[in-house]
Amino acid sequence: MKKTYKIEVDCANCANLMEQAAKKTAGVADASVNFMALKMTVEFQEGADEKKVMKDVFKACRKVEPDCEIEF
Amino acid sequence: MKLSRKQRKALVRICVAAALLVVVNVIKAAHIVPVEGTFGFVFYLLFYSGIYCVIGLDILRKAGRGMVNGRPFDECFLMAFATLGAFALAIYERNADYNEAIAVMLFYQVGELFQSYAVGKSRRSISELMDIRPDYANIEKDGDLVQVSPDEVEPGTVIVVRPGEKIPIDGTVESGTSSLDTAALTGESVPRNVAEGDSVISGCINLTGVLRIRTTKAFGESTVSKILELVENAGSRKSRSEEFISRFARVYTPAVVFSAIALAVLPPVFGLIAGKSPVWGVWFYRALTFLVISCPCALVVSIPLSFFAGIGGASRQGILVKGSNFLETLSKTKTVVFDKTGTLTEGVFEVTSVNAVEAVGMDERALLEYAALVECFSSHPISRSLIQAYGKDPDRSRVSGIEEISGHGVCGNVDGHSVAAGNLKLMARIGLDVQPAVEAGTVVYMAVDGTYCGYIVISDVVKPTSGAAICALRQAGVAKTVMLTGDSKVIADKVAGELGIDEVHSELLPADKVAMVEKLLADGSGKLAFAGDGINDAPVLTRADIGIAMGALGSDAAIEAADVVLMDDDPMKISKAIKISKKCLRIVYQNIVFALVVKFACLILGALGITNMWAAIFADVGVMVLAVLNAIRALRAQNV
Repeated sequence: MKKTYKIEVDCANCANLMEQAAKKTAGVADASVNFMALKMTVEFQEGADEKKVMKDVFKACRKVEPDCEIEF
Repeated sequence: MKLSRKQRKALVRICVAAALLVVVNVIKAAHIVPVEGTFGFVFYLLFYSGIYCVIGLDILRKAGRGMVNGRPFDECFLMAFATLGAFALAIYERNADYNEAIAVMLFYQVGELFQSYAVGKSRRSISELMDIRPDYANIEKDGDLVQVSPDEVEPGTVIVVRPGEKIPIDGTVESGTSSLDTAALTGESVPRNVAEGDSVISGCINLTGVLRIRTTKAFGESTVSKILELVENAGSRKSRSEEFISRFARVYTPAVVFSAIALAVLPPVFGLIAGKSPVWGVWFYRALTFLVISCPCALVVSIPLSFFAGIGGASRQGILVKGSNFLETLSKTKTVVFDKTGTLTEGVFEVTSVNAVEAVGMDERALLEYAALVECFSSHPISRSLIQAYGKDPDRSRVSGIEEISGHGVCGNVDGHSVAAGNLKLMARIGLDVQPAVEAGTVVYMAVDGTYCGYIVISDVVKPTSGAAICALRQAGVAKTVMLTGDSKVIADKVAGELGIDEVHSELLPADKVAMVEKLLADGSGKLAFAGDGINDAPVLTRADIGIAMGALGSDAAIEAADVVLMDDDPMKISKAIKISKKCLRIVYQNIVFALVVKFACLILGALGITNMWAAIFADVGVMVLAVLNAIRALRAQNV
């Protein structure tokens, strides 16, 4: 399952870091950050609880970029 | 100029710090507080530290957090380390020259501010370009117009669109006439006229009259939603250049940092071994210069920005590219394969020639009239094109005794004459031996009262821009053009000859087209693009390196299967798409080369001690600014 979230981040490198952090989060099959459109697309693994996974993704992203926001 | 709150704050901090920097330098230059002595030392140290805090405190904080979270090579940390290092060096040398550390931080912040402003601005201008999302739909309730959200409108509802409003949902016109501005969807500036019974697509702007439209789709399925979804998802497919940059960024920063450490330590140590003075200060300073140049931001920002701008510029021209990877492949296109019907030709049948036998007293006008009358009860496409060519509504009372003979044609009575219209088989059936016509297309032979009177040719007409489109493709660097069609060889060769297409394959079944494209893929160099109308060539669209669906508005299967979607069916757009992609890729390469050359030059000059930290920060911020400005050029796609 794939879902797109609106994000708030203000540097391109940070967006890259967020993408890597999201990819490494458990339950995420693949993730991609579109810095220009300020969107994060997350593909969840089969049977993953998307709300819980997104919470972890957000936590991981906060670690690499303290100013970032994810709307979900 | 509109700034966000964060940007305004940064601007204020930059201004305050710059003003304070001027003040402190005036104090120093005018010797109001002498640099020498303990009081001077403490005064300047505190003053400069204060300015440093104004301009750089957030960077320090971020750097600290990066350390805690195990990311030692983040750009904030590097900036903090470089400037604090310069500060420490100034304290150590007791020269009260803290300007450099402050200036580096100041320029860095200016660069960050500019970057965030430029990116925000181009993001906004691209979203404005794609501002086709309708906000509401008008429905009639008890005689009044009520605005509702387009989401709530069920298919089959009648909506009212007044002049100046956007059509929110696809549908057909129930009543009213108007002209529609389709520029946002197709890039076409000439308005399209619509009247009762025409189907209209969402996203167009109603210009002149009130239209009542019966919706045929839900909002989520409408053209406008599909397009927005497509554009918004375009950035998630990354091009190889972008992947290269993110890989490069991951290696570049640590590499520079380690070289900086080596630069600070090795030369002095070698100096010591060689018995010379180690000059720690000089090498330490050079190493700090390295750190300033260590941020790959010029690349990391400008490359995705170029692609984003390129995709945005293309969509303004009615060319939707589904991702930056496709833009990249498109720029390498060497072979373009076309489907004939609906791509290079109109896909509708028109009477292209009328040949009357004058010896039997028949003229072209009369022949066409007989044909239209005898065919007027049929709904066959050929009959319809005959009636259209006739130009008037046929008077059905003049016709009687119509008999359709399947596989042959039509016989009937018109004004008391017996008329037969059909193929050669029909002519043979009524005992006429007719020479077959040599023209390409579908030929209708006509006999009146048992006498052969002439024939009418109906064929698919070539689009007016097809020839120019093939020329433009050649200019855009396409080496080979190929046409595939299910039509007969005669028709295919004629169209190909007219347009100057290099290679033709005719009489193909849909499966043969896939096989043919696979063969071309195997022996061609460069990338292969396939352009089709998407109606029955979805498998071919998927198989080609780049699938281009033309006139795909409303065809979901084509939008799904294609990589590039042309909103209208003008073949000129194919070369335009290729040119836009080439321009975008040119900008990408310019930025990559420019940024790398300047950075490496500064690294080398810095290592040799030829440049100082000032030059380094100019190189860093300046390259970034220029690269961003260059990237925004990709947005301009009108005249490529």
